[in-house]
Amino acid sequence: MHNLPQSGILNDGNRLHLNHGPIDLIIEAFGDHEVVRSAYEKAQIKFNHILTELVAELSILRAPVSPTQKLLKSAIGLRMQEAVYPFHPTFVTPMAAVAGAIADYMLSVLCENNKLRKAYVNNGGDIAIYLRDDEVFNIGIITDLKTRAIWGTTTITHIDNINGIATSGRHGRSHSLGIADAVTVLAKNSAQADAAATLIANAVDVQNTTLVKKIPANELSPDSDLANQLVTVDVAKLPQKLAERAVAQGCDRAVDYIDRGLIKAATISLQGIVEVVGSRHILTQNCNAKI
Amino acid sequence: MSENSSSSTKIRCDACPVMCYIAENKSGACDRYANENGELVRVDPLTIIEYDEEAHLVPFLTDETDWDGSILPKPDSFITAVGAGTTYPDYKPAPFIVSSKVDDIDIVTVVTEGIYSYCGVKVKIDTDRHIGPETSLVRAKGEPVGHVTTGEYGSQMLSIGGVNHLTGGSKKEGRITCSTMLNLCNSEAVELSIDDGSDIIVQAGKPPIIDGYVEKRMRVGCGSATIGMFATQWKGLVDEVVIVDDHITGVVSEHQAGKVIDWPDTGIRINGRKSTPGRYFQVAEPGNGWGGTDIENPLEILDDFNPKIASPGQSLLMISTTGDQFAYFELDGSLVPIQKKIPENLEKPISIITDNCEPALCTVLFIGGAGGSLRAGVTENPVLLTRSVKNMLTRVTCGGAPTYIWPGGGITLMVDVTRMPKNSFGYVPTPALVAPIEFTMRAEDYKALGGHMDYIQPTEEALQGILGPQNDHILRSDIRKTPNLNNPWPRDYKYFSQTKKENPDA
Repeated sequence: MHNLPQSGILNDGNRLHLNHGPIDLIIEAFGDHEVVRSAYEKAQIKFNHILTELVAELSILRAPVSPTQKLLKSAIGLRMQEAVYPFHPTFVTPMAAVAGAIADYMLSVLCENNKLRKAYVNNGGDIAIYLRDDEVFNIGIITDLKTRAIWGTTTITHIDNINGIATSGRHGRSHSLGIADAVTVLAKNSAQADAAATLIANAVDVQNTTLVKKIPANELSPDSDLANQLVTVDVAKLPQKLAERAVAQGCDRAVDYIDRGLIKAATISLQGIVEVVGSRHILTQNCNAKI
Repeated sequence: MSENSSSSTKIRCDACPVMCYIAENKSGACDRYANENGELVRVDPLTIIEYDEEAHLVPFLTDETDWDGSILPKPDSFITAVGAGTTYPDYKPAPFIVSSKVDDIDIVTVVTEGIYSYCGVKVKIDTDRHIGPETSLVRAKGEPVGHVTTGEYGSQMLSIGGVNHLTGGSKKEGRITCSTMLNLCNSEAVELSIDDGSDIIVQAGKPPIIDGYVEKRMRVGCGSATIGMFATQWKGLVDEVVIVDDHITGVVSEHQAGKVIDWPDTGIRINGRKSTPGRYFQVAEPGNGWGGTDIENPLEILDDFNPKIASPGQSLLMISTTGDQFAYFELDGSLVPIQKKIPENLEKPISIITDNCEPALCTVLFIGGAGGSLRAGVTENPVLLTRSVKNMLTRVTCGGAPTYIWPGGGITLMVDVTRMPKNSFGYVPTPALVAPIEFTMRAEDYKALGGHMDYIQPTEEALQGILGPQNDHILRSDIRKTPNLNNPWPRDYKYFSQTKKENPDA
């Protein structure tokens, strides 16, 4: 028997926690008490159907995106497809945007009545944010998912036109084809940021070395959307040059995405190297690293 | 392991609709169900109450009257079911069945979260105000979620939720009922409106806000009781005292309490139905005026004074049951009461009423029935658990808070939500509330009720994250809390030292 979706308010009394299977959302809305309350209630109701709708289309969601791929029916499935389509023919499945797309969708549910001042939906680090007027959103950027030390902080305002933040890397919940410790992307929505972060992290890689250990994804997760592609399971300390080259490959891909208007900015980190691409004013403020 | 074992160690998780295949020693997409050596295990945070040095010193030093001669609880842990998860709706043993020792007694605690499709909330609102007729519907966001039930001493009771609102009405009614109960149980403020009555904001442990008015005081007693309590303190200072109350208005000169101290007659006459001497029902309509009546001018409840007894200059004090309203009168030449400034020597006798009133509060009790699969998580014979609870052999707590178990069939419990850890309640969309529940008993009693003896593990092991034999749930991370000092320690020696069927709280 499957567990049912669960909902509760966290200990601080303000944040809503929704969980169903792999979906784990931390939601906070700001505004009049009643407005927040009714937004949470709407979110709870819509949340109940998300996972079952996604599961119904799982086979398409796990298939590489292509111009001939069947259009998805569910609202979130469509968001996922839309987010990954621009990256074709690079290998990517709609699943690369699943966390971000869910966050975006839930944010749209929260903000339907247009009365909130500010809101965010955090789906395991992939965050959809809504800001009105003078509201700001402060984020701390972690460049190593293992140590979780905050490398720098930045403030997003509504002028920045950034509504999505996503982080991908080796120590996250999904597998990576690359070796980046963390890639954080800011984009117009969370699904786009999610997909781009995944692909930029995949590009941070070194070839022909015994220092990186990879195995087929389906040995780790039998039903992985990455099938038998090799995913990283271990990275030894790399020579500085090699690591810099790997990061540079990621930067090239990020710059390409920025040029094409897909994302706004990205940070890429690997073994102590941190590179920032894009709107430097956004990502480099308050950071204590050398850029 | 043989060659073909690789496929058998890959397991299919049935915890959610994704139905992940999980390879050995890996976790599923959620990171909270994992395959450990071919077994599906669960990893989630859990709330543990820790009785540490500091926490148990406080009651010991400040409340020596509670000393019952038993051994002081040692630094101690109690695993609550907050975050424990549930095996509902299957028949598996509860997520945690842990053993421990209290002094020389072996104790077992069964820890699970219950999903309560049959549950409700009883709300006590301390007020004299008339908030609406009995049996009127109570609504939240326009949906019926309960009703006004009995008026009690200085308070009004509401009954919210219950299976008929949860599942018996429209889908929307069930949803709003569920969220109303959830918010009440998590001590959130909830706006309720009563048909033909008031709009009330209810929050556990906070004063009720009735039609925008924050209720400050709960009356010390009804009008008659107030007379009984304070008659001697008024004697000699004023000729007559009337306590205006929608339920029982009291008149000191006629009341038994006045008679025994030889309070002289005053010729006062009250409009209302006389119950016994000095006690009057229905002096006015219920409302938001004096003492829960609809009147703003207290003289409205008086008829003319009896000219054969009353005399000009005679004094009269009228007070509401909370002392919130009061007025002082003297009779003129034609025996008509004229309002005068309160004499100084009456100020204290008036304020004694106010001073004896307690703060008006809303209190919220969760009421729920331990269902079939919840009980199956404890024992193979659910009825034996019920009997063990009824015989006081098994103690039931919710998040470590004490519960009241209703007599009669089944395990229907009530618990004060403010004694439970914050935000203990959750919900599932069936709709139903999710609440923690723990059963604690002597190991021998657990065996006697057909408990899952093979699944017991020592508390210390569970705290260290070692798997229970049901392999269902590893305690990987947890939230440690100090106990609510108003609660008896759930594993106190006194609960388990007697084998006789006595209630140590009684």
